[in-house]
Formats: sequence, structure tokens, C-alpha cells
Amino acid sequence: METAITVVLFVLLLATAIILGRQRNLFAASMLTGIFSLVSAGLFTVMEAVDVAFTEAAVGAGISTVLMLATLSLTEDVEAREKKISWPALAVVVLTGGALIYGTLDMPNFGDPHAVVHGEIARYYIDRSWDEIGLPNMVTSILASYRGSDTFGELGVVFVAGTSVLLLLGGRRSELPASGESPGHERPSSRPPGKRHAHVREMPVVRTVAKVMLPYIVLFAFYVQAHGDFGPGGGFQAGVILATAFILFGLVFGPQELVRHVPPERLERIMAVGLMIYGGVGVVAMLLGGQFLAYGVFTPSHPSHGHHYGIFMVELGVGITVSAVMIIIYATFATRRPSLAPQVVLDAEDRCETEVSADDVPLVPEERALRSGADLLAEGAAGTDAASEVPS
Amino acid sequence: MTLPNVWNYWAVVVLMMVGLYIVIAKPNYVKKLMGLSLFQVSVIMLYVSMGRVTGGTAPIYILDDGAPRPFVLYTNPVPHVLMLTAIVVGIATTAVGLALVVRIREAYGSSEEDVVAELDRREVEAANALAAQRAAESDASSATAAHAGASHEEHA
Repeated sequence: METAITVVLFVLLLATAIILGRQRNLFAASMLTGIFSLVSAGLFTVMEAVDVAFTEAAVGAGISTVLMLATLSLTEDVEAREKKISWPALAVVVLTGGALIYGTLDMPNFGDPHAVVHGEIARYYIDRSWDEIGLPNMVTSILASYRGSDTFGELGVVFVAGTSVLLLLGGRRSELPASGESPGHERPSSRPPGKRHAHVREMPVVRTVAKVMLPYIVLFAFYVQAHGDFGPGGGFQAGVILATAFILFGLVFGPQELVRHVPPERLERIMAVGLMIYGGVGVVAMLLGGQFLAYGVFTPSHPSHGHHYGIFMVELGVGITVSAVMIIIYATFATRRPSLAPQVVLDAEDRCETEVSADDVPLVPEERALRSGADLLAEGAAGTDAASEVPS
Repeated sequence: MTLPNVWNYWAVVVLMMVGLYIVIAKPNYVKKLMGLSLFQVSVIMLYVSMGRVTGGTAPIYILDDGAPRPFVLYTNPVPHVLMLTAIVVGIATTAVGLALVVRIREAYGSSEEDVVAELDRREVEAANALAAQRAAESDASSATAAHAGASHEEHA
């Protein structure tokens, strides 16, 4: 039965992946990435990786799809040209795949309990983590305690990624509209009646349902945060789910409204606070005479209680940073002023043509080079004047 | 010869290669990133598959009156931990990639790889032509200057 489910899920995944590759409409393609993530979350559940499935469902099917769509609103949502099958690429892929499949022939059978992977370390965690830490969910014990430094580094990567997105896109926010006016709101009279669907922000059903759902999503996020010790969940999942609530708010009521209620300047600080809580727990452990992130020293008489406190604080830090980074990434993408430059396309002879003639035609590179070149020439002329004065 | 029971890994490899093909062959940057995330999910699947133990349950202790039940077979929790954080880091880095795509679109007016490469090529060509022109001009001016100097000497 399990094998049958696995086969069905793999077939679904393969079909999704191939259609995704062939799909020129990028809007549809980003929906397909969401479907791919959701189906793979199902596959993870079949393979008993409940925490991974949880994360994949929240991240892949929720946030990454929204990010892709936000990007498409700033670029184009259709691939420019039909591309024929690229035979060199196919050859590379077939060779790589063949090598990998050849490599799997030396691997132990799927599900073999005597495989090397399930060796000493895994057995140690399974046998001892109840006595040493006392949490039912081994994944949380390993994540926040045994491999706490590793997770600290991963959280640092998430923080740095949020900072990078801010550095790359944070500079050019579109203007905040006057409060009360819904942003991006086109007047219904300005468009031909009955031709286009109403914008999602004008749909009363969507607005009402979102308002009802938002508190429950936030509540669920807190539940996942607190319950991560006992079941699947934890800071990473809770942070992503909490961010989903804010992103839903942004999608339904407009990103400007989200930014008005949750200013990015404040989120930037919150983003750092989570990381500092995590690091601070480690430093406190050191000050109390233990090692970095060794929580046993918090309650010397009862080390496992110290582990509970430490893991709780560390997961809290993870949840704060992850949710702040995810919200800030969404807000930065969604409030970025779209470029007015027309799309540059290549025609059949690969000659550069601009598709739309707008008022502000971007400098084509020749002009850009010529202009900077002209500046250089002017400087150079001044320089040669100066140089020619020397011999005379 | 009996093949080992590894068809699960083969399916993962096929998915991975579809992602790799999209990354290599598709000119659109957003599409490439989609292929990359496909590849990433497949890698995660490979790790999680390796942690699987036939008949094992999820790595959460089954408790009987506050104590874990003995002799329960659990799946390997270590790959789960590693992949869980990898997923969140993966979406964060994908966001950085998408931000770069937006900047490329703003700078080049296109998010297609071939267009960007062509524009880069032309910019280099134009700069080279300009440099050659400037070199020729400075040669000519120095030649005339030398000529003038020589004629001065002749006069002297």
C-alpha cells in the first residue's frame, strides 16, 4: 500500500515537473511549483518525515509561490521565446543522471534498517535523547540542542538572506498612498465594465474570509511554535506560518496597507532580535560556566529542565527571525515600484529591439557606452591638453 | 545479477535531472530559479529517502504513562533535522535570487539570459570600438606633434 502511494506521488511529481518545464506562462509555472511542493510534502509524510513535510508544505506551497508571483509582477510573466529542445543540455542531464543512477547501485536497499546512515549517531539520538533532554520529538531535540550551533548558523543564513533582499530591492519603494485609500486601487469606472474581473482587493467575500481566517492562522502559528517539543513543528514552521498570515493580509488588503501596519524599519530590528535571542541563550550558558548552547547549566540540579528552557528560548528566536525575514522579503518585493522600462526583446536576427516605445526609453548599451565614452573623451581631451602643455 | 531495491532513488534522480535541465536549457531567469527549487526539493527527497527505515515510525517517542515505549522502530531523525533547516534556508536564498532577477530586469530591460548576454556583448564591442577610436586619435595627434617638433628642429 505504501509503495503504491509512493509510486502515485512520484508519477504526479514527474508530471508536474515536466509540465513545469514546458510551460511558457510563468504564472502557471509558479502555480506548478506550489503543487510540486505540496505533493512532495505528501511524499515526505509517507516516508515518516513529518517535520520536513510540515516545513515543505508551509514554505514551498505557501511562501515560495507568493514570492514567484511577486517577482513576476516586477518582470514578465511569459517566457520570451519558444525554445527548442537543447540537445547539449539534454546530453549533460542524461550523463549526470546516468552517473547518479550508477552510483545508487552501490547504495543499501531503500528502507534497509542496517544501512550505514542509521549508524552510531542516529542510534545515539534515538536511544539517549529521552534521558538526556526529555522531549518526545527527537527532531526538536537534535535541532535545538545536539546540533544547536548548526541551527544557529542556518538562522544566520536566513538573516543574511533577508538583509540581502533588503539591500537589493529595499531602496525604491513605491509611494505610500494617503491612509484610507486602498493602494493599487483602480477606479472601477476607469476600466470597461464587464471586461475584466474585479481586483481581489475589491471582492467582499475574499476580504471577509481573510479577516475571519487571519486570527486562526496566527493562533495556529503559536500552537506550532509551542507544540514543537511534543509533535511536528517548531520555530521554523511557526515562523513561516505566522508570516503566511501577514502575507495573506498583504495579498488581500494590499502590500501598502501591510507596510503601514507593520513598518519594515521595525521588522528589520525584529529580524535581528530573534538571532540575538538565540545567540544570547548560548552566551548565557557560557557565562554560567557551561559551553555555548549547552543548556544543562541553567538548572544544575535538573539538567533536563534546563534543556527545556533553552530549547524553548532558542525556538522562540528561530520563530521570530524566520517570520520577520519572510514578511520583510514579501513586503520588499510587493512594494517595489515596477520598472517602467519597456521590455527588450531580440527579433529573429538577434537584433536588439525594444518592444514598447515608452516615454523613457532606456539607454541601449551602445548609447550607454558612447555616453560614458564621450565623457571619457572629454576627460581625455582635457588630459591631452594638459600633457601637450608640458613639452611646450 | 539482482538489482538492489533502489527504485526510489532513481525516481528522485529523474526529478532532479528535470530540474537540472530547466536550469541549463531555459533562458528565462525566473524559470531557471523554478528549476533550481525543483532540484532542491529532489535533493531533500534523496536525503529523506535515505533516512527511511522500513516499518519505522516518525521520530517522535511513543509514550506510555510518561515513558517511551520500548522496542519501537523509528526512522532516522538526523536527515530530517538537516533537511528541515535546508528548506527554510533554500527559500531565503531563492528570494535573494529572485531579487537579483528583478534588478537584472530593471538594468537590462529583460529577464532572459540570451538577451542579457547579447546586450553585454554589444556593450563590450562598443567600448572596444571606442577605445580603438581613442587610440587612433591619440596616435594621430602624437604623430602630428612629433612631426611639428621635427620641423621645429629643422628650422633651428
